[in-house]
Formats: sequence, structure tokens, C-alpha cells
Amino acid sequence: MRIYLDYNATAPPLPEVVEAVSQAMAGIPGNASSVHTFGQQAKAALDTARTEVARLLGAEASEIVFTSGGTEADNLAIRGAAEALEQAGRRHLVTTAIEHEAVLNTMRALERRGWEVTFVPVDASGVVSADAVAKAIRPDTALVSVMHANNEIGTLQPIEEIAKHVRGSGALLHTDAVQSAGKVPIDVKALGVDLLSISAHKFGGPKGTGALWIRRGVRLFSQMTGGRQERGRRAGTENVPALVGMGVAARIAARRVATGLGDIAALRDRLESGILTAVPGTVVNGDPARRVPNTTNISFDGIEAESLLIALDLEGVAISTGSACSSGSLEPSHVLRAMGLPQPRTRNSLRFSLGPSTTKADVDFVVGVLPKLVSRLRQLGRPAVAGR
Amino acid sequence: MRIVAAMSGGVDSSVAAAALVEAGHEVIGLSMQLYDQREGREAFGSCCSLDDLYDARRVAAALGIPHYIVNFEEQFEQTVVRNFVEEYASGRTPIPCVHCNATLKFAHLLERAEAFDAAAVATGHYARVVYDEEHGRYRLLRGVDPAKDQSYFLFSLSQEQLARAWFPVGHLTKPDVRAMAARLGLTVADKPDSHEICFVADGDAGGFVERRLGVDGRELEGEIVDTAGTVIGRHRGLHRYTVGQRKGLGLARPIPMYVLRLDPAERRLVVGPREELGRRELTASRVNWIAGSPPDGPRRVTARIRHRHPDAPATVEAGPGDHAQVVFDVPQLAVTPGQAVVFYDGEDVVGGGWID
Repeated sequence: MRIYLDYNATAPPLPEVVEAVSQAMAGIPGNASSVHTFGQQAKAALDTARTEVARLLGAEASEIVFTSGGTEADNLAIRGAAEALEQAGRRHLVTTAIEHEAVLNTMRALERRGWEVTFVPVDASGVVSADAVAKAIRPDTALVSVMHANNEIGTLQPIEEIAKHVRGSGALLHTDAVQSAGKVPIDVKALGVDLLSISAHKFGGPKGTGALWIRRGVRLFSQMTGGRQERGRRAGTENVPALVGMGVAARIAARRVATGLGDIAALRDRLESGILTAVPGTVVNGDPARRVPNTTNISFDGIEAESLLIALDLEGVAISTGSACSSGSLEPSHVLRAMGLPQPRTRNSLRFSLGPSTTKADVDFVVGVLPKLVSRLRQLGRPAVAGR
Repeated sequence: MRIVAAMSGGVDSSVAAAALVEAGHEVIGLSMQLYDQREGREAFGSCCSLDDLYDARRVAAALGIPHYIVNFEEQFEQTVVRNFVEEYASGRTPIPCVHCNATLKFAHLLERAEAFDAAAVATGHYARVVYDEEHGRYRLLRGVDPAKDQSYFLFSLSQEQLARAWFPVGHLTKPDVRAMAARLGLTVADKPDSHEICFVADGDAGGFVERRLGVDGRELEGEIVDTAGTVIGRHRGLHRYTVGQRKGLGLARPIPMYVLRLDPAERRLVVGPREELGRRELTASRVNWIAGSPPDGPRRVTARIRHRHPDAPATVEAGPGDHAQVVFDVPQLAVTPGQAVVFYDGEDVVGGGWID
């Protein structure tokens, strides 16, 4: 038996998506830019997908630019805005210390090329204060980028409030909604942002597809240059079958979010309280109320998260910490560090993220197996080390 | 039995893992990430042994076993790299591989194995462990392939560690190992052996030590003197020299001069002719006796003072404390502080320690 509790890493493709992608692979062979009938068929399929993605976000289809995923959407938003507003003398960017690396490392790359970047800290519960963001905004700020939901701890950031401060400053507001899309309702107008990134595979769509929502009238510099696809904002032949799959996933996600995601929050809470009760020396990281309903991040005193993760995998339970380096080994969490947690807690916490297929039996199995694994890890006698 | 296979991505540890799988064990592949292997932040192309970790992963996939990369950067830094720099800084010539084996593979990795309910850690070392029923203890033996024997690097293992150390290729020769890798279709079958110190990327250990000490090489320069104390040249920092070295001294002398001694207190390099290089006696410290306790009285052994050095007949006597006194039958060239001296009785490793 394998139990998958790593939906924030990726949500396995929904059966409807698999079906739609395979059908499109075979049945929609054309290039969406072509004039002929094959092209028109592909274009129509793309239009449908675009409409469905727009609907998930409360946006217009014409405002959606398809990308190769969340990372590309973030890059397009940040680099595109930074370069567009540079001409107006705006060379300052604002972001937070707990962003995904797609944002953090893009900011750092721009920093090395002469932009100034302010990394706003977060409080101990992993939430950035709108006032702190407001204070960071300067007359020469080009872009403010604050994630909607954090990938490691699930906390929701006060985007609406931040938007109030950004509005009127002349800066653009971007939010990385990769971890919130499909988990909480999103309405770009209510959020008050200018740019919003999503990734299909986080809500059951195919990997390698994503989108940037660009509010009508906002000008960005394209990052991928070439043909005139995506209204000239992102060159390259569209991956039609995968985007058809993204459309299907968006449609299902929109429906699910509208009906409150069933009992996922209840399952998450059952898992969380189950662990806190069954395993002594555990504590939840992040704001327990302001977070997406599928995620919990828990510190286990006296263990290495890496070992517990492997031990759980050997029992058939897939979870993660949320921060891995290029080799795949684990690093201390920059998010937990930014929250000011003591050093051991940045290395002893695990992220459990649930999805639509998670069952009560899954949760109970995990709660049942954890005490044994944790106490084994805690009891390890260090073998004698000779010859040092 | 559930066994952890330490997989470096090289052919030896790959075949070790494969042999365990063939023997029907439940094998878990673990690879250690030892230093930051992220691609260069700005430009890329400058890499690195990420390739080795990926090789290990490919081999594990081919064997159908789970594989994980464990982050031992901190442990590696504290027990291996720091010691390496400190040893050089104090005028000694370290062998980091011994610490890596004893502390990382057979302490930290063994602890992980315990965490995963595995009975042992298997590595690709050319050495053998056998259980001696009569005395109720483990013996550490040389690998069968004399050209590849790595028992020298394992002298510091305790009985507890030996009880859970498996060396599946120890009874094979290198050609056997490569043949087995080829038979199994492992991509690493023809991969060259590694020789360099793994964390010194460009082979420039001197430069590495200087960067880690945060000093300019010129601050470490000093005098080269002969045994009479006459200054006959200048050196580029003691950490760039080792006992027995002849090349790179920059001396124009009628006879070849060798490094006899590093004198960190005076920051001097003492050189002399080859005849003065020989030493018959040495003291080893932090000595480990494989049997678990020191021998009673003097013991006849063959002793090896460097990895790629033939053994030489000697008499070793334990004491005082965890020291041992070694007297060779004939003087040995280049007895080097910081290197290990390992004592053998035929195939058996008797023990070993660090040359003072």
C-alpha cells in the first residue's frame, strides 16, 4: 500500500485530465498558429482551456498567458515587470523572505544585475504584515511580489490588504498563487493584484503547464522571444494537449473550490491532532487558522526530518519537507528560518499535504505508524566512533 | 535482510549493492551529499560530483532498489574538512578518507541504517570482515585484490562497527567487479577510479587550505633550511609540502634534497639528502586495535605507513595510553606525521593509529 500525502509537490493527474490529454494528443494534431482547419481545431481547444483557466481565477480569457509552469510564470511576471518599469526609473523590487525559490532566486538574479530588492521578513507564524510591505514600497518600486499561500506551511498572506498599499504607488503587484489555486477560491479582482502565477500540476493537471494572469493594460517585457503566440507575450508553439489537460483540471478545481473542497480540512485536522496526540514533542508550524485547508507542517523534536521522511517512505508513506537541493537531499528550510524558529526546528519538520483522493484510512495509517518510527529515531544510540 | 548500501556512484559500491540484491537482500541505497553541489549561481557548467550522485541514482533504478540522498554536509564539514585544514595548518599531511570512512560511513550512515531498521551498512571497499567464532570477535582482512586493498582506510573501525560493516566486493578483484558491472549492464562499469581528494575540486589542496584559513599564500611563506639550520631557500607555505617530497622545492643543489620535516613552530621546512630521510621508529597516537584490546607485549607485524606503500616488518608495542611504539627492522623513508600507520599480521589488520 502506498499513501500519497505530498500534494503540494504535485497532485497526481486527475483521470479526466489523463483522458483529455491522451485524446488531444491523438485527436488534435495541429499547430494552434496555423491558418488551416488543423490549426483552427487546435486554436479552439486552446481557447476552451484558456476560458476554463480564466474562470478558475475570476479573470478574462484574454488576460491568460500560458507558460511552461509556475516558475516560468513567476519569471515572466518579475523580470517582465522589472524590465518594463526600468525605463521609468523604477529599479526597486519588494518581496518576502518566504517566497518559493522561483521568486527568491529570480529576485536575487536581478539584484546581481543592479536592481535593489527588499526582502520583507515574516512573523513567527509565517505571515507577512501588510504594513511592513507598505513601508518597503518606495517611489522607485517597480514590483511587489508576495505569494498567496506558502508551499511549506500553507499560510495565506494578506494579499488584499497589501494591494491597498500598492495601489496608487505606481508599482505592480504580483502574487505567486501556485499553492492556493484549486485549494481556496481565487478572484483576481477581489485580490487586487496585477499579476498572478499558477501551475497546472498542483491541481491535478499535467506538469510543464502553467499560466500567468496579466491584468488588462499591464505591460510586461516578454522573456521568451520568437513567434507571436500568446499575443506576443510568450513565444513558442503552445503545448496543446497538455493545455487542454490544464483546462480540464481548472474546470474541476473551480467546481471543487466552489463546493468547499469536501472534507479535506477535516481530514487535515484529524491528521494533525492525531499526530500531536500520538507523538510527544510535536508542534505545528505556521498560523493554524490562516492557511490552505490541505497542508500541515509539523516539527518532531529530536529527529532529522530527512531520516523520518525516508523511514516513512519505506513504510509506504510519501511526504516531504518542501525544500530540497539539486541533488535531492534536504536542506534546512528557509521558510522556517525566516519565521525565526530555532535551528533544530528548521531541520526536523515535515510537510503533510492532502488531496482529493486522501482518505480517513490513509490519515489513520500515518498516525498509527508515526509513533513507532519517531521513537526508533529518537532512541538511536550513537555507535562508538573510534580513531578520531 | 534489510541492508543499507552506501552508493557513491562509482563502480565498486554499485557492484556491492548489486551483489546484495542478487543475494536476495532488501537493499536500500543511500548516497551522501557531502558538500554544496549546487550549480554555480550565475553561470553554470562548472561541475562536479552531482554527476556521481546521479550515477548512483541510475544504478539504484537499474537494480530496482529505493535510493535516497542524505545530506551530511554539516557532519562532513565538521569531521573531515575541518580536520583536513587543521592538520595541514599544523604541519601534518592528513588523509581525510579515514575520517570519512570511520565517522561518516560507519558512524553516521550506520546510525541512519539503524533508523531504517537495516542490519548493516555495505560499502564498495576492498576489504573483508569475518567472524572469529573461537574468540567471539570480528576480524578485518585485506581485500583479495592486492592492487586494490583498502583495509588501510578502515583501521579505526571498532568491533561494534565491524559487526555491521559489509564489504561485498572484498573477495573480488577489480576486473571481477568491472566484469560483474558489465554483465549487469550498469552504466558505471567503465567509470574510472577516483584518486583525488573529493572536496578539492581542482586538485589544489594548498589553495583549498589557504581559502579555508582565509589567508593569502604569501603570509605562510618561510625558510627552507638544511639539517644544520642553514637557510638555503624559501617555501610557499608548509601546507604545500609533505615529508619525502623532492620536486617543487626550487633548490639548486648538487645532490637531490628531500623534505625531512615540517617545523610549524619556526615555520621552517627542513630538507636533506635521501640518506637522512629514513626513520626506524615512530610513535602512533589514537591507536585502534581491531581485536578490541591491545596485544600483550611486543608484537611482530608488517606495518604500512601510507596507502600505496608496501608493508615493512616491524615490532609494535602498545602504550602509553592509546599510543603505540613502532620499531621497523630497517629504516623507512618518509614517515609522515598525519598519515596513518596500519599493522598487519598476514591478511589480518591488527590495528593502526596516527603517526605523530
